[in-house]
Amino acid sequence: MRMLKTVALAATVLATLVGGAVAQDITKVRIGTEGAYPPFNFQDANGELKGFDVDIAKALCAEMKVECEFVVQDWDGIIPALLAGKFDAIIASMSINEERKKSVAFTNKYYNTPPAVAVPKDSPVTGITAEDLKDLAVGAQSSTTHSTYAEQYLTQSDVKLYPTADEYKLDLENGRLDAVVDDVVVLSDWVESEAGACCKIVGTITPVQEIHGEGAGIALRKEDTALQEKFNAAIEAIRQNGTYETINKQYFDFDVYGG
Amino acid sequence: MTAAAAFIPASPPPAAARRRLGGARIAGLGILALWTLLGVAILWLLVAGYDGEMIARYLPRILDGVLTTLQLVGLSLVIGAALSIPVAAGRLSANPAIGAVTFAYSYFFRGTPLLAQTFLVYYGAGQFVGFFREIGLWWFFRDAFNCAVLTFALNTAAYQAEILAGAIRSVPRGQWQAAQSLALPRGVTLARIIVPQALITALRPYGNEVVLMIKGSAIASIITVLDLMGQTRYAFSKTYDLQVYLWAAILYLAMVEILRRVWDVLERRLTRHLQRTD
Repeated sequence: MRMLKTVALAATVLATLVGGAVAQDITKVRIGTEGAYPPFNFQDANGELKGFDVDIAKALCAEMKVECEFVVQDWDGIIPALLAGKFDAIIASMSINEERKKSVAFTNKYYNTPPAVAVPKDSPVTGITAEDLKDLAVGAQSSTTHSTYAEQYLTQSDVKLYPTADEYKLDLENGRLDAVVDDVVVLSDWVESEAGACCKIVGTITPVQEIHGEGAGIALRKEDTALQEKFNAAIEAIRQNGTYETINKQYFDFDVYGG
Repeated sequence: MTAAAAFIPASPPPAAARRRLGGARIAGLGILALWTLLGVAILWLLVAGYDGEMIARYLPRILDGVLTTLQLVGLSLVIGAALSIPVAAGRLSANPAIGAVTFAYSYFFRGTPLLAQTFLVYYGAGQFVGFFREIGLWWFFRDAFNCAVLTFALNTAAYQAEILAGAIRSVPRGQWQAAQSLALPRGVTLARIIVPQALITALRPYGNEVVLMIKGSAIASIITVLDLMGQTRYAFSKTYDLQVYLWAAILYLAMVEILRRVWDVLERRLTRHLQRTD
């Protein structure tokens, strides 16, 4: 790893020497997203990326006057792929938390919604505490704040981790799982759709600061501070000029930015 | 001393031919150097990135994963072996209907990806919850580990049946006829004459199948089974440290190496009547 850093440093120095002022000017940003987390980011029937994250990303790129290219990447490997330089930013509803800050840098949040628990409609579960979910099979997507929460707080439940949200949805529907934990917006979008007719939301979880952090932000490599500043300015700008509100209204009837 | 040795005097071995340094040899040496470099790089990655704290933290989980992998593979292989006997019998059967059914089974399981089969059983069973509840089998399909064992057993049964059927076919017909002429019952012929000879042929392919199963079992990790691969993915998702995959690779290699040695012992035992004792 150390050698990699040396090589990267040498490359940066070389680029600065050769490129001069041009290297400072960011003209193209590659954005990594999962494409399997509706309504925030998903692929429609034509394979086109859609969702709140994607529209926000496009608005931010327009604001920064840079060309953006989307790269679809599995959630499990999304941070390693960013670090390996496959893309320059992750805009995929990634919660800003301490654990991730060890490896990547974050912009300010661009939305914040609480986690929730969904269960089958005929479930006897009435609450979301560890006691309510005791001895039950609880599903979550792996490498998420929700899986961390489930492992740390639902210690008496049988926690099962899935690569994508689609898979835990299937297992909640068929009864392998008694409950699932995920973002309230993701779960309500699903239970209100035809596919999620099996299930209901039983309640929201009060976010835990160390785990859930301060909301969803854009993850960047730590050394890309110029890009970080640009993104922060752009988030501020679209919040001010009404673009954010317009996108918000397209997807939700409440304010996702949160307090 | 034999007569021939007395007539032909012993002569020294011919001198080793001098090999010229041609293009092919240079290319070969270059490739060898490249491989060595790659090996050193991997070793270096392990040593340079050594993180005692990480290993202490995730080692219990990883070892637990090894245990799950061994259970998964062991159960699948035993159940698969039992299933493979009737399938092999079907493949050798003179009855065209039985032959066609067993061929179709073998064709399907050997011709489609294990990953697809695993998904088909796990999420497929999930689509028919009502049916499985009615016949009282949902408790079995509810558990991901059971689904994985079932899929792997069905898969390996197809391969093992082909190995077994092929090995039995390779025993010369004369062996059957000789047994018949001694009025040995069919069962005894099979158990004491045909199968022991067939096993010599089948042993190495069986070993390959076990190795493939150990590696293939990693697929269980995507249907929530926390086998070695599942635990490794878990550790990687927490640390983003590629080293955990290297450690997992070493553990898989260790399992395969132990198996290889066991197989060497088995082969020596089965072929003890063919070995020279000088």
